[in-house]
Amino acid sequence: MAYRATLRGERHVFADLATLFAKANEMKSGDELAGIAAGSARERVAAKLALADVTLGEIIAAPLIDDAVTDLILRGHDPALFAPLVSLTVGEFRELVLSPSFPARWRDDGLARAITPEIAAATAKIMSDKDLICAAKPLRTVTRCRNTIGEAGVLGVRVQPNHPADDLEGILLSVLDGLLHGCGDAVLGVNPARESVEQVGTILRGLGALVDALALPTQTCVLAHLTTQLAALAAGAPVDLLFQSVAGTEAANRSFGITLDLLAEGRETVLAHHRQDRPGDFVGEQVMYFETGQGSALSADAHHGVDQLTCEARAHGVARAFDPFLVNSVVGFIGPEYLADARQITRAGLEDHFVGKLLGLPMGCDVCYTNHVDADQNTNDDLLVLLVAAGCTFVMGVPSADDVMLGYQSTSYHDAAGMRELFNLQATPEFTAWLTDRGLLVDGHLADPTGPVAALLTAGLDGALATLPTPPAVPSGPTR
Amino acid sequence: MTPGHAPDPDPASVTPADAIPPAGTASPDRTRPGREPEASTVVPVDLAALAERVRAVTPARVFVGRTGTSYRTANLLALRADHAAARDAVDAELDLTGPALTTTTERYGLFAVGSAAADRAQYLRRPDLGRRLSDEGRAQVAARCPPGADLQVVIGDGLSAAAVDAQVPTLLPALLTAAAEAGWSTGQPFAVRQCRVGIMNDIGDLLRPTVIVLLIGERPGLATAESLSAYLAHRPRSGHTDADRNLLSNIHRRGLPPAKAVERITGLIDAMRTLGISGVSIKEPTAIRTLPTTAPPEADPTSST
Repeated sequence: MAYRATLRGERHVFADLATLFAKANEMKSGDELAGIAAGSARERVAAKLALADVTLGEIIAAPLIDDAVTDLILRGHDPALFAPLVSLTVGEFRELVLSPSFPARWRDDGLARAITPEIAAATAKIMSDKDLICAAKPLRTVTRCRNTIGEAGVLGVRVQPNHPADDLEGILLSVLDGLLHGCGDAVLGVNPARESVEQVGTILRGLGALVDALALPTQTCVLAHLTTQLAALAAGAPVDLLFQSVAGTEAANRSFGITLDLLAEGRETVLAHHRQDRPGDFVGEQVMYFETGQGSALSADAHHGVDQLTCEARAHGVARAFDPFLVNSVVGFIGPEYLADARQITRAGLEDHFVGKLLGLPMGCDVCYTNHVDADQNTNDDLLVLLVAAGCTFVMGVPSADDVMLGYQSTSYHDAAGMRELFNLQATPEFTAWLTDRGLLVDGHLADPTGPVAALLTAGLDGALATLPTPPAVPSGPTR
Repeated sequence: MTPGHAPDPDPASVTPADAIPPAGTASPDRTRPGREPEASTVVPVDLAALAERVRAVTPARVFVGRTGTSYRTANLLALRADHAAARDAVDAELDLTGPALTTTTERYGLFAVGSAAADRAQYLRRPDLGRRLSDEGRAQVAARCPPGADLQVVIGDGLSAAAVDAQVPTLLPALLTAAAEAGWSTGQPFAVRQCRVGIMNDIGDLLRPTVIVLLIGERPGLATAESLSAYLAHRPRSGHTDADRNLLSNIHRRGLPPAKAVERITGLIDAMRTLGISGVSIKEPTAIRTLPTTAPPEADPTSST
């Protein structure tokens, strides 16, 4: 079915819904690379006009892609909840989402289950940046694993203590520095330099030993491939959160080496491990951690002609089906072929966050950039402030924002602590209590570290290292 | 002080994570490692000891101190300096007649051609164009490079011409000498501007060598902009992907040193010539694996297709 709009006397025709969705997007180099972007500024606005008149029912009735992800999304869609929305246009739905009564209705009715990724993406396409911020702010999803994240007034921080040779002491020292800045409540999450079962197991045991030694109310994760984490678990390593990168099409997920069945089986395995092996360690049963990012489907040549915001929303739909504790977009990692510059990264970050929140996800963001994109730490600061204003569930804490393993820049322990001060936010309640009890937080503010604090952390580190077998001779030491 | 990426060894600059200290506590000697803990004071002497431990085990910029929740000035400006170097490396044009490369260029008769990407801006946003030669470049290569060599070496700027400047003057002579010793015929080496890894297929279609080695600048990190990758492929041709290629990354002084890289490259070429394939099914002996080579800062994260 074709869609039409007339803008100042100029007639625009869009052959089908996928074309309309793509051309209604804000400008993204990835959509241009795919050859599906609007050809002019006028055509972009005409597409937005036409999209604003499409009903939500039409979107549900016309799936953009025929694959297992679409099946998953439609299986999770609640037609009874959707009934009052079916005849709304996208334009009317945007106004509903921005109306003062919406957050309470969304929360009380569980309305997220009536909203599909395609509906959320379509709505984002006709929203301004400020709309995306204001609409996302009141939509809170609270999740629980070893602590409780997502409540109003909380900004979680993932400590990302990566090391180019996976040196365990180097990783744990980076964690301690994070704790000094009040960070680590979302997760202590390491990207391993080497994807071996032994390596992943060693890091998991090391992080777990530090958590035990300090009685830290937080969860750990090593962001290897899901199958590698499960093999480490089978070999006796503790797994708090099971991580996986996910994308919005079946084919793109296949390029990541996963299927929906594999995600389901992995989740069941970790839940069983928590229930049987470690009763008492957990306050909830949300055990998955997913990362997403616009452009991943196109880069795997698996986008089916669908734009990157819509593919991203569908990745959120995949994540939602597995009841995650954390989800974040790694918005600026992919490079200028997909998000050309800071302006496009900023827009994508706000879109990803809003879409995730509307779908009911505990949505965070890795606010980041690579060195070959036209962005810098100032533009990164800008997006961080905007996302925290939007109520972002968690952000990254990387030492001085310089990830020495992955070779890109994110947000730092300092940045995260600064946002908590600026917006009067705290860590998760359990973590705030721990920080306060240990003297790291005084009257809600970071304290100047004292001798006893240093002694506590040093003892924790030494205690953790002492419980572990001597790691194999991994090449270590500064590599620069 | 001079901004630089490494933590400054001066103890005064690694005052641990305190805000601007209360008057009278800022003396550098209060933070010197090895002093006894002073539990009654806010001066975090033990953190200085932790900071010392850090320097031995991680290049991460930890225990750098803070003022309020912001960086201390030296750290802020060091980060800016390193990012500036990385950006300049991405923007720099490959210059075969510049001071770094002119001797190598004369010795081997190097010449440069362009990919189909017209300039740096287009190169960054159109990976497809960086994967094929310009029409003019194709004609030049066809005219100047004899086809069918055992080994064809190609130099690509990739995301860092600075990496080519830094590594190729050592790497190229060592590689060509090793090839001669092995008795392999070598084609006329040349350079490609605005080059992506996929250009190996295009060149393979044109020159039909047994093996192509592409030496290409990696995406700069804050740590170094001088890191080079070597991609190898056996009889590369249209349709080959990363799965058909072998990669040695992180070639630079503090990563994989050029001499070591040549050993590994020639070992891989040997294996390819023996087995008649390249790519994921060729495994290097693990004994010669060195420091981290798995970090993503590779020349071309989207080199497939």
